[in-house]
Amino acid sequence: MEPANTDNYMIAGYIVSFVTMGIYLLSMYLRTRNLKRDLETYEAMEKDGK
Amino acid sequence: MQQKPILLTILDVLSIIGLGVSTYFALVFAPTEAVMGNVQRVFYFHIGTAWVGLVGFVLAAVSGIVYLITKDMKWDRFEVAAVEVSTMFFFITIVLGSIWARPAWNTWWTWDPRLTTAAVTELIYIAYFMLRAGIEDPEKRARFGAVYALLGGLSAPITFMVIRLFRTIHPVVVGNASAAAEGGFDMTSNMLTAMFVALGAFTIIFIDLMWHRIRIGGLEEKVEQLKLKVSM
Repeated sequence: MEPANTDNYMIAGYIVSFVTMGIYLLSMYLRTRNLKRDLETYEAMEKDGK
Repeated sequence: MQQKPILLTILDVLSIIGLGVSTYFALVFAPTEAVMGNVQRVFYFHIGTAWVGLVGFVLAAVSGIVYLITKDMKWDRFEVAAVEVSTMFFFITIVLGSIWARPAWNTWWTWDPRLTTAAVTELIYIAYFMLRAGIEDPEKRARFGAVYALLGGLSAPITFMVIRLFRTIHPVVVGNASAAAEGGFDMTSNMLTAMFVALGAFTIIFIDLMWHRIRIGGLEEKVEQLKLKVSM
């Protein structure tokens, strides 16, 4: 007996996995970048205040 | 932010290699399942992500306890990292399960005990972030988060055990399946190898992402403290 043709489901599954992990990595990168910017701004403000 | 440790860079590289190797084992090395066909290949990522998802929720509960005892904010950062990374992985687990269920059970979703507990677990941890976002005081936020993570952590062993204790259509890989289980399959040695490769790869990726998230937590704390200092 031939196995059922379920290739599309498999492809969809792997696309979802990689896209989800990709979005998460992007969110981590963006958060790090924004926090570094904030840190620089507050450090400059602290310096100006002194 | 502190200089990136060399070990973390090594972990980054190992994670990429691990993901590639695991994908190869799942898509090429493992044989095609005789009845379900290629959709069965999502099983390897399904089990890999479920493993790190549930372990992460338990780790979050443990770090919640340690925080409540020590009041050291590093445990709060560890807890947040564990919950966040696990929630992301567990989301993949649920979606992959649903995609597999469509050809195997002829439905995308059914309120089976395993599917229900998995969905509840995911919602519990999404609510964790809503709870934290609503509290401004860092210590209060950490304390409430720790208690919540501790209670929420109970959902992980429940989700794991439910298919072994109740009548369910979800297949059981380790142990005896319920008589109502549908879509189970006999694992060949190559399938087992692919499964263990996925478990190993996702464990490395999980540790790597956790470490990155803990570093972001440290940066968040620094920014928060500086913001408070400047505004005073």
